[in-house]
Amino acid sequence: MTTPAPSAGCESNALPVLRERGQREVFCGLTGIVWLHRKIQDAFFLVVGSRTCAHLIQSAAGVMVFAEPRFGTAIMEEKDLAGLADANEELDRVVDRLLARRPDIKLLFLVGSCPSEVIKLDLSRAAQRLSTKHMPQVRVLNYSGSGIETTFTQGEDACLAALVPEAPEADDRTSPSLLVVGALPDIVEDQFHRLFAELGIAHVDFFPPRRAGNIPAIGPNTRMLVAQPFLGDTARAIEARGAKRLGALFPFGAEGTTAWLKAAADAWGVSELDFRRVVAPHRERAKRALARSRETLAGRSIFFFPDSQLEPPLARFLSEELGMRALEIGTPYLNRDLLEAEMKRLPEGARLSEGQDVEKQLDRCRAERPDLVVCGLGLANPLEAEGMTTKWSIELVFSPVHGFDQAGDLAALFARPFARRAALKV
Amino acid sequence: MQLTVWTYEGPPHVGAMRVATAMKGLHYVLHAPQGDTYADLLFTMIERRNARPPVTYTTFQARDLGGDTAQLFKSAAAEAYERFKPEAMIVGASCTAELIQDDPSGLARALNLPIPVIPLDLPSYQKKENWGAAETFYQIVRTLAPKRDTAHTPGARKRCNILGPTALGFRHRDDLAEIRRLLARLGIEVNVVAPLGASPADIARMPDADFNVVLYPEIADVAARWLERTHGQKFTRVIPIGENATREFIEEVAALAGIDATAVLSDPDSRLPWWSRSVDSNYLTGKRVFIFGDATHAIAAARVAAEELGFEVVGLGTYAREFAREVRTAAEKLGLTALVTDDYLEVEAAIAALQPELVLGTQMERHIAKRLGIGCAVISAPAHVQDYPARFSPQMGFEGANVLFDTWVHPLVMGLEEHLLAMFRDDFEFNDAAGASHLAAHQTAPPIPQAPTASEILWSKEAEAELTKIPFFVRGKARRNAERFAAEQGLATIQIETLYDAKSHFAR
Ligand code: SF4
Ligand code: SF4
Repeated sequence: MTTPAPSAGCESNALPVLRERGQREVFCGLTGIVWLHRKIQDAFFLVVGSRTCAHLIQSAAGVMVFAEPRFGTAIMEEKDLAGLADANEELDRVVDRLLARRPDIKLLFLVGSCPSEVIKLDLSRAAQRLSTKHMPQVRVLNYSGSGIETTFTQGEDACLAALVPEAPEADDRTSPSLLVVGALPDIVEDQFHRLFAELGIAHVDFFPPRRAGNIPAIGPNTRMLVAQPFLGDTARAIEARGAKRLGALFPFGAEGTTAWLKAAADAWGVSELDFRRVVAPHRERAKRALARSRETLAGRSIFFFPDSQLEPPLARFLSEELGMRALEIGTPYLNRDLLEAEMKRLPEGARLSEGQDVEKQLDRCRAERPDLVVCGLGLANPLEAEGMTTKWSIELVFSPVHGFDQAGDLAALFARPFARRAALKV
Repeated sequence: MQLTVWTYEGPPHVGAMRVATAMKGLHYVLHAPQGDTYADLLFTMIERRNARPPVTYTTFQARDLGGDTAQLFKSAAAEAYERFKPEAMIVGASCTAELIQDDPSGLARALNLPIPVIPLDLPSYQKKENWGAAETFYQIVRTLAPKRDTAHTPGARKRCNILGPTALGFRHRDDLAEIRRLLARLGIEVNVVAPLGASPADIARMPDADFNVVLYPEIADVAARWLERTHGQKFTRVIPIGENATREFIEEVAALAGIDATAVLSDPDSRLPWWSRSVDSNYLTGKRVFIFGDATHAIAAARVAAEELGFEVVGLGTYAREFAREVRTAAEKLGLTALVTDDYLEVEAAIAALQPELVLGTQMERHIAKRLGIGCAVISAPAHVQDYPARFSPQMGFEGANVLFDTWVHPLVMGLEEHLLAMFRDDFEFNDAAGASHLAAHQTAPPIPQAPTASEILWSKEAEAELTKIPFFVRGKARRNAERFAAEQGLATIQIETLYDAKSHFAR
């Protein structure tokens, strides 16, 4: 089996990049808490922020099914702004009360917000202080999910980067281990686990772990596969611990997943024949699952508003495997290191834009009338009302989309808006 | 610092957005970081609005701090004016921008825009959403409808303004339609409705009315008081929720307009009184109900529940501290102490301890009730997408009363069914796991609710078993009564006999 040749002319990321600065219509990094708190089952995320921050998480989550979710906001009030000493004292009090009520918590993240950053409340010192106080029951770490520093998925990057120093040192005499980086749904992790085992890669760890006590060891014999394109800081922090990153396409679609697995297989010296034997049935199954959506999507144009940084790999998947035509690929931030392989495969003729000026971008979108617009929740209904077909981008980070067995689901997410249009006769 | 999991209200600038989004021809320039743009989805998703809120966010970043955030604000305001050509603009800061003290008001003034620019000062670290909406509405009215030299001369037909409906309000669209219908039947002309649907030019016309109808004091009270002081417009105090309040409202409006309302006081479409008197409703008598919401809706619901449905109100509370006094007074009239809190865990604890048969609340209480296995209807914001229905479903006026009857009775087990459940409790279809027949098929009865307060009292095996034979919808009450009785009598253990002793003791 050969991976398809990159489309001609794209060898040297030939796409010009349109850089924009203006009003951005994206969430801040706090949003990542919505999925991270489900992933690490004994961690709690305490945002140190304002009522706005609390309201954002509540609104972005959309559902409030958890009675006592493992996140909350310490809402700063007038008197907390008066003096930092008092703010620190207040924070300690809130944390004490929280930990007393939630003995199940083993790891506490203090999450910085715009207000805490602006008043220069030093959460790393607070985390140290509180760690000393509550160890060994609870470890306290900190990161910033503020909107002045992080955009949407960058919150996960900041969180995971803060977790890296907690990983034990791996013994450098042991045989190499594989580290998959990025919060994935448990079912996807399990699928990858089975695939790696079939390939003969026995020692595989996932980062973040499902429980705070199981942070995998990292060392020079660690080989890392990054599962999400927005984890630049985390990847660098892990590399700084001696680990080696295996560059590849991201595991979206049959081709992306094949290339991603191949990077690991090559590092483990798996023969071409063995790789093909193991992967081919899964790959074929993924391709079969794509066929139906392809009928709907082929030839249609798509326009991405910036949101999760998943846009470049998704544009590659949708154009190569489903025949869509990308008009604009907007991304909040172009993570060039991690996207090296992806950049070579971006569809020709597309406009790559980094950053945002939402009004100008809407002008372009209206002028081009794409068949499908991928955008955030604030824009979707207004664009539908203008007669456009949209796909809310937040679903792409809230649902299992990685790997062979989710390739069909991922494609279906894009096909469904068309199916709905066709079904409705009102 | 206050530890919060779910909040009843957003920050005050979200209140300002509710006013701006309700109006036409008004634009809001908000100095705020990118994450704050989440607020757009409240309107486009929860309320399914088909246009973006008229808000420009500056979305400053860390690298702009200390540098040119002020310049950023100025260019954002200038570009917003060029692009949207609004008739008036409101400008302000969100929580983060409040800290960097860029003075949006001065910056906007420096632009010399050819339209009124209204600065908002909404202290994010002290105030909340409803306050922000009220303050914004007040500032808009005061700027655009200033004192006039010549007094307004009343015309032949009396005219009023309707104040209070906003975007994202709980049933505001339908309340407005119902109240308009009522006023039309009274022969009263509506001059301006604001904020919903009003343009800045409409606001300027507000002094042309003879009086004001205030539907939601949380939003319109401050503005109404100012209009009374400045333009001599009296305003209504009765909130027309429920049959009786609607009639009082009609009388109040008639008095303000100097007209005779006798013909309108009875509406052929008012069905609540007969629905409540008909024998099938007997079973509603004394149903124990817990009520929580904003002040207006909570107070009104308590009255309707007690007077018009014959429920027993066992708890009443609000998250709206600005109106705590009114809610306390209403609670005292019912012999209760009002629960005034914005900590939903406290509300949950109160509901768990009281074990009501019905909860009337916000989306938070809906979730609490679901967890505790208690029926619930939503009566107040904050509400979620399914509480913005496609159908006409007002809370106010005679039709509103009809709607209240239907929606509050729906979650309860129905009259005859209640008896059948009691008689054939072991029947495979009627057993606990079945739940009320007209509700979701897979709905199961909750585990026996535990009253957390009475945990020292033990239950004998036999009494526990007997308890499970009591239908689930009264089981919580039976458990609570037995425990209360045991506590009063100083009993350590509850036997079967205790259960029946308690039953007779509390049978009134
Ligand atoms: S009922 Fe559903 S949609 Fe509404 S608030 Fe609850 S979880 Fe959200
Ligand atoms: S952008 Fe900043 S202030 Fe706004 S919700 Fe995010 S962290 Fe909070």
